[in-house]
Amino acid sequence: MTKRFALGIFEDEDVLLHAVENIRAAGVKIYEVFTPFPIHGMDDALGIERSRLPIAAFFYGMTGLAFALWMQIYMLGFDWPMIIGGKPHIALPAFIPVSFELTVFFCCHGMVITFYTISGLYPRWRTPVLDVRSTDDKFVVAIELNEKSDLNGLTKLLRENGASEVNEKEMTKN
Amino acid sequence: MATLTHHEGATAEHLEVSPRTNRNFIFIIVAGVVLLAIGLIMSAMGIGSGHHEAAAGVAHGAGAVQNAGHAAPHESPTWLKRLIVSLWHSNVFFIGVSTIGTFFVALQYVAYAGWSVMIKRINEAMSAWILPGAIIMLVVFLFGRHDLFHWTHEGIMDPKSEHYDAIIAGKSGFLNLPFYLIRTVVYLAIWWFFSRWLRNLSLEEDLHGGTEYFHKSINVAALFLVLYAVTSSMSAWDWVMSVDVHWFSTMFGWYVFASWWVTGIAVTTLTAIYLKQAGYLKFLNSNHLHDLGKFMFGFSIFWTYVWFSQFMLIWYANLPEEAVYYNQRLGGFNGAYTWIFFFNLIINFVFPFLALMRRDAKRQMIMLKIVCIAIIIGHWSDFYLMFMPATMKGDNGFIIEIGVALIFLGAYLILFTKRLASAALVPVNHPFLDESIHHTT
Repeated sequence: MTKRFALGIFEDEDVLLHAVENIRAAGVKIYEVFTPFPIHGMDDALGIERSRLPIAAFFYGMTGLAFALWMQIYMLGFDWPMIIGGKPHIALPAFIPVSFELTVFFCCHGMVITFYTISGLYPRWRTPVLDVRSTDDKFVVAIELNEKSDLNGLTKLLRENGASEVNEKEMTKN
Repeated sequence: MATLTHHEGATAEHLEVSPRTNRNFIFIIVAGVVLLAIGLIMSAMGIGSGHHEAAAGVAHGAGAVQNAGHAAPHESPTWLKRLIVSLWHSNVFFIGVSTIGTFFVALQYVAYAGWSVMIKRINEAMSAWILPGAIIMLVVFLFGRHDLFHWTHEGIMDPKSEHYDAIIAGKSGFLNLPFYLIRTVVYLAIWWFFSRWLRNLSLEEDLHGGTEYFHKSINVAALFLVLYAVTSSMSAWDWVMSVDVHWFSTMFGWYVFASWWVTGIAVTTLTAIYLKQAGYLKFLNSNHLHDLGKFMFGFSIFWTYVWFSQFMLIWYANLPEEAVYYNQRLGGFNGAYTWIFFFNLIINFVFPFLALMRRDAKRQMIMLKIVCIAIIIGHWSDFYLMFMPATMKGDNGFIIEIGVALIFLGAYLILFTKRLASAALVPVNHPFLDESIHHTT
C-alpha cells in the first residue's frame, strides 16, 4: 500500500510546537511528527491520548514479584531446604532484594518488548523513514495526502507557521 | 496547550495572613498546651503508665545491654523526662524539615532546574524555624541532657567510677561535652547562615533583576550542598543516634536525612496546595504538583530503601550489639513499640507507594493532601521510634508527645507564614520563572 505525505520541515522545537497547534486548529489532521528528541507538551499539542503502557507495566511487575516469591519459597523452602545463618527456610526479609530485582526486571523487559511491538520497531531489512534528517537536527511534520487534499493550501499553511521547506513524499508500506 | 501559547507575565503576589488564620495557629498551640498539661498531670499521678513493671521486667530481655550496670544517677522523674525527650524529639524533627527548605532551593539552583521557581518562596520560608529551633535545642541540651544522652552521665567515662562503661569511654574522643556543643552550634550556624544568604540573594534579585544574583546563588548553593552533605549526616549521629550510645549504624545519617527530606517535600507540597486553594500562586498547576508528587513518591521509596538496608543487614548478621536496636522496637518492653514499628512502615511506605502510583493521583490536590499529611505524621512517628525506646524505655506515652508536637507545629506555622508573607510569593525576577510558568510534565 502506497501513501503520500506532505512533509513540513522545521528548524526549532518552539516554532514546531506552535505550528502543530495552529495546523490542528486549522482543521488539518497530522499523521505524525518526527523529532530528534522528545518535546515537552507535544503529546498534548497533537492530542494523543495517554498510553496504557503503565497499566501493562503494573501487571508485568506483579508477575515478576509473584515469580520471584514462588521461586525462592519453592527452592529454599521445599526443593532444597538449607539453613542459612540460622534463619528459617522461608525467611521473607532475605527474599526482598531478589523479589525487588525480579519485579523491576520483568517490568522493564515487559514494557520495552510491548512498546517495540506496538510501535512496529522490530528489526527488519528496510526501515521506512520519511526524512532521514529527523534523526539529526530537523523536525518533521507529516500530513497524509489523498485525492481531495489541497497541496498548495497545505504548503502555504506550513510555510506560514514557520516551516523552512515543504516536501512531498511517497512511502510504500509493506 | 493553552499555557504554551499565552505569554502573560507573572506579577508579584503577596500573601496576607488573615487574623483568622493566625487565630487557628494559636488555637493549635493552645490545644497542644492543654494536651501537654493533661499528659503531665496524668504522668505525674501515674495514670496510664502501666509500663513500670514492664520496664523493670525487661532487664532479662532487650534492655539488658543498654542498661547493664547503670542505675541512671541523674535522671528526672518520668513526667519531666518525657517532656524533655519530646521537646528534643519534635525540635529535631522541625529543625530538620526547616533546613530541607534551603536544601531543596540549593538543589534546584545547582541542577539549573526551572520548574520549581514557582514554589521557591515556600522553601525559603520553611527555614524560618532554624533560629528559634536552635535556641530551644541548646537550652534543652543544657538542662535536660542527662535524660536524653546516656553518655553525659557523670563518671561513665571514668575507670574508677562505679558507673564506668568501657564502650562509652571508648567513644569519648567524639562524644564529649565541649566537642558535642561545638558541633551542634556549627551545624545550626551553617544551616542558618546559608538559609539567610540564599534568601537575601533572592530578595535582592526581586528588587534589581538581572542574572547576576542567579549565578551567585548557584555558587552559594553548591557550597551549601557540600557542607550539608556532611552536617546532615553528622547531626543525625549526634542528635539522634547518640541516644542509643552503645549502638551504631552506618546507614543512620542517610536514614534520618531521608526522613527529613521526604517530610520537607510533603510540607512544600501541602503549602503550595493550600496557597493555590486560597487563590494565590496563579500559575501553579497540576504539572508542578505532579513533579512534587513524584518527588514524594520517589523519596518515600528511598526512605524505605535506606530503612530496609539498615534492617536487613542487622537482622541477617544478628550481632547482639546491633540487633538490640530492633529487639527493643519489635517486642521489647512488653511490645510497647511493636505496633508503631509496623505502623511506621505502612504509613511511610505502603500508603504513599500505592496511593501515589497512578499519574492522576499525583495531579489531584485532594489525594496529594491526604498523602502529605500522612507522610508528615508518619515521619514524626519515625522519629518517635528513633528516640523513645532508648530514652524512655517502657515508660513511653503519647499525650505529652503529641501536645509538644502541636505546640511546635503552631509556632512553626506562625513563623513560616510570617516569612512567607514578608516577600512576593513568586520570585518575579528569577531568570527561570518563565520556564516554570510553562512547565509541562
